Amino acid sequence: MSATLSCPHKPRVGLFVTCLVDVFRPTVGFAAVKLLEDAGCTVEVPAAQTCCGQPAYNSGDRADARDLARQVIAAFEDFDYVVVPSGSCGGTIKRHYPHLFDGDPAWQTRAERLSAKTFELVSFLTDVLGVERVIARYPDTVTYHDSCSGLRELGIKSQPRRLLATVADLDLREMAESEVCCGFGGTFCVKYPELSNRMVSEKAAHIQTSEAGTLLAGDLGCLLNMAGKLQREGAAIKVRHIAEVLAGMTDIPAIGEPD
Amino acid sequence: MSDAREQILNTLRRGLQRGPVAGERRAELEARLAHPPRNVIPARALRPHFEQVDLFVQMARNAAATVDPVTHPADVPVAVSAFLDCEGLPAELVMAPDPELAALPWSEAPTLHIERRAAVDGDQTSVSLAFAGIAETGTLVLLSGPYSPTTLNFLPDTHIVVLRADRIVGAYEDAWDLLRARGLGMPRTVNFITGPSRSADIEQTVQMGAHGPLRLHVVLVGG
Amino acid sequence: MQVTSQTFKSNASVALRDAALQRALKNLKAGFPGKRAAAIAKLPEFDQLRDAGRDLKNHVLEHLDFYLERFEAKVIEQGGQVHWARDAAEARQIVLDICRSVAARRVTKGKSMISEEIGLNEFLEAHGIQPVETDLGEYIIQLRHEHPSHIIAPAIHLNRDQVADAFHAHHGPYGFTERNENPRALMNEARQVLRQQFLSADVGITGANFCIAETGTTVIVTNEGNGDLTQILPRVHIALASIEKMVPTLEDVSTLTRLLTRSATGQEITVYTTFSSGPRRVEDLDGPEQFHVVLLDNGRSGMLGGEFQDMLRCIRCSACMNHCPVYGAIGGHAYGWVYPGPMGSVLTPQLVGIDAAGQLPNASTFCGRCEEVCPMRIPLPKMMRHWREREFERHLSPAAVRFGLGAWAFFAKRPRLYRIVAGVGAWLLRRLGSRKGRIERLPLAGGWTAWRDLPAPQGRTFQQQWAARQGARS
Ligand code: SF4
Repeated sequence: MSATLSCPHKPRVGLFVTCLVDVFRPTVGFAAVKLLEDAGCTVEVPAAQTCCGQPAYNSGDRADARDLARQVIAAFEDFDYVVVPSGSCGGTIKRHYPHLFDGDPAWQTRAERLSAKTFELVSFLTDVLGVERVIARYPDTVTYHDSCSGLRELGIKSQPRRLLATVADLDLREMAESEVCCGFGGTFCVKYPELSNRMVSEKAAHIQTSEAGTLLAGDLGCLLNMAGKLQREGAAIKVRHIAEVLAGMTDIPAIGEPD
Repeated sequence: MSDAREQILNTLRRGLQRGPVAGERRAELEARLAHPPRNVIPARALRPHFEQVDLFVQMARNAAATVDPVTHPADVPVAVSAFLDCEGLPAELVMAPDPELAALPWSEAPTLHIERRAAVDGDQTSVSLAFAGIAETGTLVLLSGPYSPTTLNFLPDTHIVVLRADRIVGAYEDAWDLLRARGLGMPRTVNFITGPSRSADIEQTVQMGAHGPLRLHVVLVGG
Repeated sequence: MQVTSQTFKSNASVALRDAALQRALKNLKAGFPGKRAAAIAKLPEFDQLRDAGRDLKNHVLEHLDFYLERFEAKVIEQGGQVHWARDAAEARQIVLDICRSVAARRVTKGKSMISEEIGLNEFLEAHGIQPVETDLGEYIIQLRHEHPSHIIAPAIHLNRDQVADAFHAHHGPYGFTERNENPRALMNEARQVLRQQFLSADVGITGANFCIAETGTTVIVTNEGNGDLTQILPRVHIALASIEKMVPTLEDVSTLTRLLTRSATGQEITVYTTFSSGPRRVEDLDGPEQFHVVLLDNGRSGMLGGEFQDMLRCIRCSACMNHCPVYGAIGGHAYGWVYPGPMGSVLTPQLVGIDAAGQLPNASTFCGRCEEVCPMRIPLPKMMRHWREREFERHLSPAAVRFGLGAWAFFAKRPRLYRIVAGVGAWLLRRLGSRKGRIERLPLAGGWTAWRDLPAPQGRTFQQQWAARQGARS
């Protein structure tokens, strides 16, 4: 293992773990590291990372959002790429950071530079590194939820499906309305819990109707929301982040399952 | 009142951070109005004329209009009469007092009772002459005027429109060109009509014949 | 119309429990999105048209004063009159004065959201003039003393049995004594009842989807034909338009109608697109003797040059609400004013004030479907965020939210401290959920656990494990 030695010819990737993965599902972070290393990258995880600032940004708190963005920019701007196992946090850095610094040209330039090299994990593998297949096996039927930010801000739709198609023994069954929001929405789910519940209930119904054994998505927030609903309803559907399946790291319990 | 006008315009200009549009900018806007640019025209509206006629027929039928192509203007009266027969409608027409319609050989359909006037409540069937047809969406263009009262388009249950195939154009923009070429400015009303009246306001289920005609029948001449 | 946006949250709660409403909302989801998608699939140029529409409307907004003045001049040139109204009260008074000048007792009305915005019906009634809505949906809700719940399908919150009840209660005097639930029969009933109203009205009031500066023309885009009967039968036609409805030319309006109808009902074009310029000409055999256009500002002029200017591109197609999961769950009335859904969440705070409507821009997950379908490419989520920023600046957001956010930001800005807190948090939550792998009740997170479980963390944080791994490697 020589991943920490820098190999000049290998792309140096800074992994932005995201606060949810850090606390709730470290496996996703390790799966991301494995996928990136398998694809020939050198991966580093700056310790000075916490959160991308989206909760502040979406709550109208621009000052805190800017502070956090500066922190992320400073911690990551020296990497060749910044990779995020989340379309939502990735979208914040890529699509929203530059606008945060309207009227502050110096930081705006830095934000734009960071934006240009920031990618969501799965689309980074396929669109930047040209990964066409993964070596993994997952003997189950799965259904895939298109998380909103990844889908609409970053155009992630075919990439995860293309890679899933190369996982041995995996059978993809599309649910109805896979592009409709699950109702998570960050602070939305606690500010408007009843509405959020309605949305996730409909999502859970579509997931169950698909008769898949596993639900996958690329965003842990949505996954926690959907897993929590499915489990409250007593549905026997496993829930995992897509990176775990692509990296073949599925021998640990699924999200919200006991050891 | 003029207070309101001035205040609204001033607020707009304050937001736009300028005074009234003047000089070169104004000349540009005037030029744009005098020679309106076309924006994006759908490719299907740019096909040759004979294809436009087919497209018109298809699109009008898709909008639930019925279309009866006849070869010569002289065929129109018999076609109209036959249509009324088939639909079980009385042989009574309110017809637009248009010289072109009047010139048709109505005597060849002797059972028809024709009145030339605007429509009133209770009229069952009207006949108008279209100013143009637009292939893009199967749309009829009717202009109000002494020869073409607008009430004919809306009050009767059945509206029959005579359309000359050589008046079919591709896009809406082509119809505007025809209208401008007429040189009479805008009539009080220009009606674009595509199929019979309908509503989906009850449970989003489409029902034909809301307030306007239940049937829209196009007699296409020379198609 | 009374604003009830302040109580959005409880309005939504009630809506979620309203069985009839929930039944009716199924029609919305089953209908609009699929029809829109099918129509767009048939027009390869649709996205190009969207760009053209956006650019065109931006051009108009940059020169709105010029186009308004030109429009006015053209209307007058053709014998019509233009009235400017700064706010709802002025607009209502203008309409009333016109009605009084012809001693009007009954006015028929085509569908107009501006009429709703200025509360015209209540006002006319209070002054002894009977307004009759003639759009089928509007007519139904007028009978029920309701307001529209959708900008193009005003009665979408109702089912046929509710329509049948309303007609049964009101149509007896017209000879319809039997209650009927068949949509076809219901429509015929309305057709016959309203025909008499059309014929006896003194004034007809319509909205305007567009106003054309080149020709001084107002345009209505409809399917029923009621708007046309409204404007050609009475002696006076009044068109109500807001100032941003300006479009330079006939060509430009054609671009926008291509976008509008497909985005709205999924039709290639509606049955009727009607262009009205001035009153009837001397030689005409029918048509109104007077033509008035009321141009309403009501707060819009203040949006120019600011962060909400893009909203003035809106052509009221309703695609944003038809695709909004929040609208789809609760319908339009919960939003508490005239304009529901995403476009309303941006517009309502501007028109009635952020103090009253502050919840609306917050009640969104920013899922982005509205912006994705908006034919005018209006960045709706971005503008809702702008409202949230204004609320935050003015300390209008709830104290608990501000506190939580402040505490979280405090740690998030201190990575070392954050790592410790995250480690403790993960450990704690893990302990709470170790038996089942999930947590069923969590104090302070009742909003979450009332409805769903919280999956427990795996144990140590990623950062802790990564540090250990790096330590082992070196
Ligand atoms: S905001 Fe866009 S989608 Fe919504 S009504 Fe307006 S134009 Fe249509």
